[in-house]
Amino acid sequence: MSALLSVRDLRKSYGDRVVLEGIDLDVEPGEVVCLIGASGSGKSTLLRCLNLLEQTDDGTITFEGSEITDPRTDERAVRRRMGMVFQAYNLFPHLTVLQNCVLAPRFAHRRSRREAEARARDLLGRFGLGDFADVHPDRLSGGQQQRAAVVRALCTSPSLLLLDEVTAALDPELVGEVLGILRELAAEGTTMVLATHEMSFARDVATRVVFLDAGRVCEEGPPSQVLGAPLQERTRAFLARVL
Amino acid sequence: MTVVVLGLLLVGLVSSPGWERVKEYFFSPEAARESWRAVLEAMWLNVRLFVVCEIGILVLGLLIAVARTTRSAWLAPVRVVAVVYTDVVRGIPTILLITMFGFGIPALQLQGITNDRVVWAGVALVVSYSAYVSEVFRAGLESVHPSQVASARALGLSEGRILRHVVVPQAVRRIVPPLLNDFVSLQKDTALVSVLGVLDGVFWATNYANFNFNYTPMVVVALYFVVLTVPLARLTDHLQKRLVERERAGAR
Repeated sequence: MSALLSVRDLRKSYGDRVVLEGIDLDVEPGEVVCLIGASGSGKSTLLRCLNLLEQTDDGTITFEGSEITDPRTDERAVRRRMGMVFQAYNLFPHLTVLQNCVLAPRFAHRRSRREAEARARDLLGRFGLGDFADVHPDRLSGGQQQRAAVVRALCTSPSLLLLDEVTAALDPELVGEVLGILRELAAEGTTMVLATHEMSFARDVATRVVFLDAGRVCEEGPPSQVLGAPLQERTRAFLARVL
Repeated sequence: MTVVVLGLLLVGLVSSPGWERVKEYFFSPEAARESWRAVLEAMWLNVRLFVVCEIGILVLGLLIAVARTTRSAWLAPVRVVAVVYTDVVRGIPTILLITMFGFGIPALQLQGITNDRVVWAGVALVVSYSAYVSEVFRAGLESVHPSQVASARALGLSEGRILRHVVVPQAVRRIVPPLLNDFVSLQKDTALVSVLGVLDGVFWATNYANFNFNYTPMVVVALYFVVLTVPLARLTDHLQKRLVERERAGAR
């Protein structure tokens, strides 16, 4: 099976500050890859590089068989195939939940309004947001907003979902409802790359855990290994701090 | 308190040595009766100018603001033009712009364009106000958080779609009060076209004063302008209040 996404020797700096120092990563279809690591280890930057929100300095990213770090790449075409969910939800506050969800299907994928709305209502209903389709995001709790943001990303049927610390801004009692729908998606075979601090979620759901340290992949493998019996001293030190 | 102060001012006004003469020249009932209808008809030009110019100003102002806020490299020359335009135009008093456009352009005797001074006065107002309004728009555009643009990009939307569906709608909601403030100001500045000898409300009143040595129609015009602007001012207050309430609700 060829990888859906492969990253080779990816490098990124902001001025003098090196954030990514040669990342290698492969993601197979259906995998759930959890990126763990301390704040500033490069998890978010890596995700933002993957969908070309950040320009990379060096290295290659190949997605669905084409090298998207090539300067001739149609960035929008790539982003239409990847969904991204942000820590701060980033819903559009002037639009209703439904309008948030149909914006990309209608104007980036050229679907008809009826088709886009039908799919969005269907997904919102599945994730317990059916009653909130026609209200504005400020009426929703944080957990509901983040679920709506996940639905918005799913409405375009992306082949890869990127999630950047999607529970980090939530009150503890709301984290569960968001992780719940991610579990469902994982069970359905949605390919996901998540930056997360939720170690128990990573242990239960991830097919692979990647520990980033100082802009490099320090250790990767099945959760039982990386979280249960880490080979690297740095991984052990990190886990000792967060668990 | 307010009543006392106003009362004292009124007493001071009425008991001033020149009051009798001022009353005759500025508050003559006969002159008011004679002029109110004609002044009202002349004011119709001010109203039409306001409405037509405002539309042009909003369109041009938004275009300039968008040109100034885009980051793409190939629009750099457009940005320079936009910056120079706002700097130069805002530096020139509106009355001079109106004079230059209204007398200057028809004097060029160009073929195929109108020599109507009202039209050129309107163009001058659009040029002048679009420079101010573009700065209001720009403040609004820049107040939209970059994360909104990032998430719109992540959805695969084009830059044009992002502007239209995400950035501009949020910006406009925030700048409605300052925009309306500029509307009020424009409504009054339509009076400046009278320097061209165009028959608007103010020119009519000035003419009347020159011929009859009575300034009452000017007071009448002033009243008309107040009546025109007060509803806009109240609307501004109302929208401002609603905005503050909404932001508080959002911050809860």
